[in-house]
Amino acid sequence: MTPELSWNLADDLDQMLAYPFMVTALLAGTVVAVVTSCVGWFMVLRRESFAGHTLAVVGFPGGAGAAWLGVATGYGYLVACVLCAVAIATLPPLARASGIGAGGGGEESAVIGTLQALALATGLLFVSLYHGFLSGLTGLLFGTIAGVTTDQLRLLVIAAAVCLAALATVGRPLLWVSIDPESARAQGVPLRLVSTVFLLVLGVAAAGASQITGSLLVFALLVAPSAAAFQLTARPAAGIAVALTLALFATWAGLACAFYSPYPAGFWVATFAFGSYLLASAYRAVTDRSRRRVAA
Amino acid sequence: MRNAAAIVGGRTVWSDVCLDVAPGEFVAVLGPNGSGKSTLVKSLLGLTPVSGTVEILGARPGRNNKRIGYVPQRRAFDGGLRIRGVDIVALGADGARWGTPMPLLSKLIRPHRYTERKRRIDAVIDTVGASAYADRPIGRCSGGEQQRLLIAQALLRNPQLLLLDEPLDSLDVPSQAGISALVRDICRRDGVAVVMVAHDVNPILPYLDRVVYLAAGHAVSGTPQQVITADQLSALYGVPIDVLHDRTGRMIVVGQPE
Repeated sequence: MTPELSWNLADDLDQMLAYPFMVTALLAGTVVAVVTSCVGWFMVLRRESFAGHTLAVVGFPGGAGAAWLGVATGYGYLVACVLCAVAIATLPPLARASGIGAGGGGEESAVIGTLQALALATGLLFVSLYHGFLSGLTGLLFGTIAGVTTDQLRLLVIAAAVCLAALATVGRPLLWVSIDPESARAQGVPLRLVSTVFLLVLGVAAAGASQITGSLLVFALLVAPSAAAFQLTARPAAGIAVALTLALFATWAGLACAFYSPYPAGFWVATFAFGSYLLASAYRAVTDRSRRRVAA
Repeated sequence: MRNAAAIVGGRTVWSDVCLDVAPGEFVAVLGPNGSGKSTLVKSLLGLTPVSGTVEILGARPGRNNKRIGYVPQRRAFDGGLRIRGVDIVALGADGARWGTPMPLLSKLIRPHRYTERKRRIDAVIDTVGASAYADRPIGRCSGGEQQRLLIAQALLRNPQLLLLDEPLDSLDVPSQAGISALVRDICRRDGVAVVMVAHDVNPILPYLDRVVYLAAGHAVSGTPQQVITADQLSALYGVPIDVLHDRTGRMIVVGQPE
């Protein structure tokens, strides 16, 4: 089975969708892109990228442990990420909700960093216990295109629905808490509850994305589209919409390229996500310059 | 506020504080660093527990925060924060409500409410004179512009009481004058009581109805003429301070060099 790329895009699409595993992968990718872009936008706004990265990395021992125990890796990712989210949530609130100027989370970021190293090492232990072969390891870390089963897809859809519902419930207070925690608290927003809910959502989203991109490349979908969106617009609603579009584009294009090329899906998805960020930054640099010229 | 005392971290920050604020009054809370000015404001919001009797808008602190506009003490917004000023102002209306705002959807489903809300936001931004830069990312606004937008956010709830914690901090002299005049207008025209924490009394001194000086755990309050005298201030701060009067009768507070 070596798919041939023709110049007829419709034919290419038909050829790709003829394989059930590709359909599953595309569906899973779509679900993941929708969730990660919405969650990622808030994550970038809250400057919790580091926490998000940790959650994703922690998914690796989870997935490896699940493989060792003979459970679907998806469950392993989910359990590990949610546990880690709870752990981070118990850290002092100031460290996490570093909205604007709260800053000074240096010590806590060191704690989180230590946790990351431990997570990676534990994951490696599980892989060796499992007598894992190298492809299993790379699959966990960098994702596999054919790795998604229909069972995993079902789990993914349920997790995504829970994520989006939770995010939609706390959306407005979360925005306020992220920008201006003091004012929000004075108006009765429960800071701690909102931040904890968000971390849990972030954990579930990272776990879901790990199945497509692997633990290490989750960031491609969590950060890059949202970071690009912040370059393009300062409107919250438009920002999320842009992030969503870019994430969908990166996922679809990435999976398609992986199908027609010998290179892994994770690489393609990350490359497209990075490319969109690069273009967005370039666009902003140009518009900023022209605006300055108009002002001058 | 009657015989109120605040204890933070085992230390009595201040005690025996008595304070009355009437609607439409402009009150300044002054005092040296660490004297508990911000604590006073937070105790009015119910964010810091206090002993004694505190009644605010006819209830215990924290009960009526919806009718209080609060602008916390602030470091400036991060320059990279890419959220429009108008979005931050809008949070004042319903930021504490659960749910997620979907401007496009609400425009389609409830166009009347959408335009009404937009009109209110525009009106309040116009009140603080921030229309020119409300659509810019707030990170790109100057300190004074950010402060105006935050006051707009607090005003959006039509508060009966406005609590401002060092709004003039780290602003240049024209911005200080601009914000002071704006707060005075809100106070006089709309009958909103204002309690402003300030470091430097001079920019707001001409507008004040009453001042509260906090120092060394105690408070002195009264009209500016009563409290702002060289003897009182020197005793409160423990360093020589002079109060000068210029030709128009304006008072200026100056510290003596060491």
